[in-house]
Amino acid sequence: MSLHVDVEVEVDRFRLEAEFLAEPGETVGLLGPNGAGKSTLVSVLAGLTQPAEGRVELDGSVLDDRAAHVHMNPEERSVGIVFQDLLLFPHLTAQDNVAFPLRARGVPAHEATDRARVLLGRLGVGERAHARPAELSGGEAQRVALARALVAEPRLLLLDEPLSALDVRARGRIKSLVRDTLRTFPGVRLLVTHDPVEAAMLSDRLVLLEEGRVTQTGTPDEIRRAPRTSFAADLVGVNFFAGRLERADEGTARLVTSAGEIVVAWPSDLPERSEDAIGVLRPIDISLHLQPPEGSARNVFRGRVVGIEIAGDRARVQVDSSPLLVAEITLGSISRLGLVEGTDVWASFKAVEVDLLPP
Amino acid sequence: MPAVLALIAGFGVALVALPLIGLIIRTPWSRAGDILASGSARTALRLSLIVATASALVGLLVAFPLAWALARSQFRGKALVRALVVLPLVMPPVVGGVALLSAFGRRGLVGGPLYDVFGLQITFTVWAAVLASTFVSFPLLVLALEVGLRSLDVRLEDAASTMGAARWYVLRRVTLPLLAPQIAAGLVLAWARALGEFGATITFAGNLPGRTQTLPLAVFEQLQTDPGGAIALSLLLVTVSLVVIVTLRGRFLQTR
Repeated sequence: MSLHVDVEVEVDRFRLEAEFLAEPGETVGLLGPNGAGKSTLVSVLAGLTQPAEGRVELDGSVLDDRAAHVHMNPEERSVGIVFQDLLLFPHLTAQDNVAFPLRARGVPAHEATDRARVLLGRLGVGERAHARPAELSGGEAQRVALARALVAEPRLLLLDEPLSALDVRARGRIKSLVRDTLRTFPGVRLLVTHDPVEAAMLSDRLVLLEEGRVTQTGTPDEIRRAPRTSFAADLVGVNFFAGRLERADEGTARLVTSAGEIVVAWPSDLPERSEDAIGVLRPIDISLHLQPPEGSARNVFRGRVVGIEIAGDRARVQVDSSPLLVAEITLGSISRLGLVEGTDVWASFKAVEVDLLPP
Repeated sequence: MPAVLALIAGFGVALVALPLIGLIIRTPWSRAGDILASGSARTALRLSLIVATASALVGLLVAFPLAWALARSQFRGKALVRALVVLPLVMPPVVGGVALLSAFGRRGLVGGPLYDVFGLQITFTVWAAVLASTFVSFPLLVLALEVGLRSLDVRLEDAASTMGAARWYVLRRVTLPLLAPQIAAGLVLAWARALGEFGATITFAGNLPGRTQTLPLAVFEQLQTDPGGAIALSLLLVTVSLVVIVTLRGRFLQTR
């Protein structure tokens, strides 16, 4: 079971060329900035847009083949999609929303309802089965949308920006749910996102899409080692911390890694202690100082500048603190601080800036 | 609010209120019950309700595909079609009746062959009353549905199709339910317009008690012989209109 996409698409004046392969058992992240053509690609996979050239093949069946004039209609495809704006049907209850893909395919009402209810329960929103979408919180709506995408057991699961509609608090919980759902889904898994951190956290392999072209593919590690574009380089600097999570004082926890520990905000719904947690910190959230900084930042590390990499009007500064940190600051700050390789600096960031992916 | 404006606004209110008050005062209350219970009044009211309801439903059937075409497809002459569809709303109803006669009358464009070949006559039947009412009221449905279809999020229908729903299923389970408020508002407006229809009906369908004499026509006829009775019947029509407005206000029109 795999997905093979090799298409050229023209929508209005936008041209998209994309070729990639998604194997079963891996989550492929389609990563690209806004306007890169991600939505167009989603629309092609859904069958709502016909490619101008090329083929789409899922699990041995041809969804699109321009050369052979084959186009499978959306309703004939076995694709489960969580849409960017969820697109829950406002006039149907959560349960009827989830039962919809079954009812549309002729499953009897009572059976469809039963299956919808079981799935809602498994995703933790069983007691909201009779609520309408307008009455659901962001996180609940996300779970209902996930249930609706999964209920008909599609061969392709496509999540389009699954976390973008959520507030920060709901995001953490849904993130683990999304990851677990992807992990246990038996078919082809695609994640569409503009957020390099989200993509790196949830995908096994990335397909980078920029201005309608695939600019790089590979595992997050591979791309981090050799980024080919500036957008890919955004992945490079992302600070990853993996280790044990231990509860500390009020509202915070320590993430203990082999290279030192950092303070993070404590997600209250987690057990006291957990192994294999991952924390992610964007370089832009780290400040550099020449003196020990004062203020509310809980994480302050001392280190030496070991690398400065300039891209446009910004620079990535590598600091050999424990753990190692990469900060992104403006060229103005570089000259104001007089940073060169070898300068001693303090790097600081707030506990809440660390994006936590609990195990 | 400036005093002058308040004064003029007051005139406006009086313009509508005074005739209503006049109706209420001039109604011969002592025999109002008898008038309304009389056979001719009841026949006219029943016919009116049937004709208005039939017109609204027939109008809905015609209006939905038209509104769909106007809201969702591109074709040549679309502006012309829209102008044509709205025309019955602004043209004098009597002219509408004359136009209907020239098309569906016994010597009309379509009515002539219908009569010659099948012996079918539309004029002076209840069908003519329905046709006349539909003619003047269905543009309201087209407008309501077109607005509804335009404001409907097409992505919901697209999403439904990715869930295995064929076109008819999407229409039945997504499009129509989401359009329900506009369908209801359009039906109520069209029904009310059809209920009050006079000019086109009397021209095209005639004024035959029990067949084409709807309540407004009965009011007009009664006015010549029994003004008191006409007033009582008018009050009945006003009451029906009021009920419609209250229903609309509560459910479909935004009020602040």
